[in-house]
Amino acid sequence: MHKDLYGNGPAALVCKPGHCLFSLMEQQELIPHLFRTEFRKITAVLCKLFGMEHIEIAEDIASDTFLSAVETWSFKGLPANPTAWLYAVAKNKAKNYCSHHAVFTQKVAGQVQAVTTVEEIQVDLSEENITDSQLQMLFAICHPAIAVEAQIGLSLRILCGFGIDEIAGAFLTNKETINKRLFRAKEKLRAERIPIEFPPPAAINKRLETVLTTLYLLFSEGYYSESQDTVLRKDLCIEAMRLTYLLIENGQTNLPQVNALMSLMCFHASRFEARMNKQGEAVLYHEQDEQLWNHDLITQGTYFFNQASTGASISKYHIEAGIAYWHTIKADTKEKWESILQLYNQLLQLEYSPIAALNRTYALSKANSKQEAIAEAEKLQLTDNHFYYTLLGELYKGIDNQKAKNNYQKALGLAKTRTDRHTIQKQIDQLV
Amino acid sequence: MNDFLFIFRTDYGAMPTGTPEEAQAATKKWMDWVAGIAAQNKLVDRGNRLKTTGAVLRPNNIITNGPYTEIKESIGGYTMVRASSLEEATELAKGCPILQMGGNVEIREVNPL
Amino acid sequence: MDEFILIFRHEDGNKVASPEQLQIWMKQTMDWIGSIAAQNKFSGGNGLPFEDSKVVRPNNMVTNGPFGDIKETIGGYIMVKADSVDEAVEFAKGCPVLQGEGNSVEVRKIAKGDGIH
Repeated sequence: MHKDLYGNGPAALVCKPGHCLFSLMEQQELIPHLFRTEFRKITAVLCKLFGMEHIEIAEDIASDTFLSAVETWSFKGLPANPTAWLYAVAKNKAKNYCSHHAVFTQKVAGQVQAVTTVEEIQVDLSEENITDSQLQMLFAICHPAIAVEAQIGLSLRILCGFGIDEIAGAFLTNKETINKRLFRAKEKLRAERIPIEFPPPAAINKRLETVLTTLYLLFSEGYYSESQDTVLRKDLCIEAMRLTYLLIENGQTNLPQVNALMSLMCFHASRFEARMNKQGEAVLYHEQDEQLWNHDLITQGTYFFNQASTGASISKYHIEAGIAYWHTIKADTKEKWESILQLYNQLLQLEYSPIAALNRTYALSKANSKQEAIAEAEKLQLTDNHFYYTLLGELYKGIDNQKAKNNYQKALGLAKTRTDRHTIQKQIDQLV
Repeated sequence: MNDFLFIFRTDYGAMPTGTPEEAQAATKKWMDWVAGIAAQNKLVDRGNRLKTTGAVLRPNNIITNGPYTEIKESIGGYTMVRASSLEEATELAKGCPILQMGGNVEIREVNPL
Repeated sequence: MDEFILIFRHEDGNKVASPEQLQIWMKQTMDWIGSIAAQNKFSGGNGLPFEDSKVVRPNNMVTNGPFGDIKETIGGYIMVKADSVDEAVEFAKGCPVLQGEGNSVEVRKIAKGDGIH
């Protein structure tokens, strides 16, 4: 299922309920699938209706709806339209909750529209309101007052409908840690009284910065995760792309930097299948089988890159998308590496990061010379980074194999994951 | 709108070593002038003052300590503004207090690297 | 860590370079700056084209260049982070401007937090 979504591009990224699919799906698969696509919609709409201080109530009602679905459907079989069924049940549960909690209702009614009684509380699960609510929740969760790690966790839970154990799996930690992290994040959302609303036009650019950073990290989490769970990692990438696409679909947020980020994600994602072999080991870029690159995603990346090429300012996403674009061209030309080098030169001026510094030095070796790159690499002194020594190993290869080996050995000592150690060991073995 | 760099040049040797009150008054003049540009939303970067310590590097790694801090028109600082034309930028420069101290302001359009 | 400005001074601002020379010079400059940025020591900079420039002098006197009582014209600058003027000078040594005989790079420490700037 996810594989299909992945390949089908933007239209498929916005997971619209495709009713024809339901008949083909076993109920067992259908409920997790619906949970992923509908839980987040119901939660976002209810959150928007109740306000951020009742975020847990919204989540509970959404969870409860799925519990009812499991119970009812196993006895009576699937309803004709499972999504409509879920929405109807969610609406009823929301109304029931309100009538049983008069105090809550008064508080909510007091701040929501001109509603005075339970009967008047409208749970609007139209496509339009779902999209609006999700966008507004995206801005609320990705608020500068919330720690980035918490933003990612909350996004996965509330906006992507991930289960706690899935989030724990993605972060390679346990459920308790994630629960605590989410709890604290929700407390913070309440304490800061963050409104669920679309930022005013003048503030959009500024607020988008935080949103895009979170989406970028969400994508990276999936793309670079140490987790062996390929399906889960791919899901993270798809979700980051879906949320970015949500911004592109909205006229006010369909801005160059958003398209640049989308382009970057498409270019990277195109290599997803080629980055790991059947044993789950990382396959280095130059050893990847191009046949496994997804050309539809490359085409889409190019489309969004063109969309991003308007306006005067160049964001780091533009530059990174440019670098990612050049990586979709396998041929090892001078032009390619010279372009990548200049893009890294530009990126580093905008924002330093050790990985950009290392990649720039690698590009320098390809565009200028290994000797020049070695001199530059020695200046970086990123001595606690195993990629630093891997780079030095790579640069010294064929020039001074003993030095190459020494550097790979240092990298081996610093590498933390099994995959990294395996990759480095292979390099050492090849040297002998 | 383009960015223009103001380069302030003056004769450090001729700079009066004023009383704290005079220094404060001078500071205020700068602040007022810069704030006036900022108030028009034309200040890009208020820039920096440059200390008189420094070095000059010439081809073939020849390093000297001057003469750029000893000459009559050495650079004392810079500020970046935004203007629609060189003429507009020049107008903004006219209020610079360094002009009252015999210094001058060089105005250069910026070409981002 | 202090900040230093590296000011590129060209002996003759009117020298016209060929497009090929310009391209080579651009690449060298970008690689040089990229190298400093890769060490996390770059903090900003700009090129200053020779055309479109004025000097305002006391009493509203506005002139075109020359810009100082020296013949060098400033062609641009970058700002770097360095522990000492010596480290900043080390960075300056890679500046392609120095390939031109008579050109120089002025290295100056930036004054911070003095209330004026």
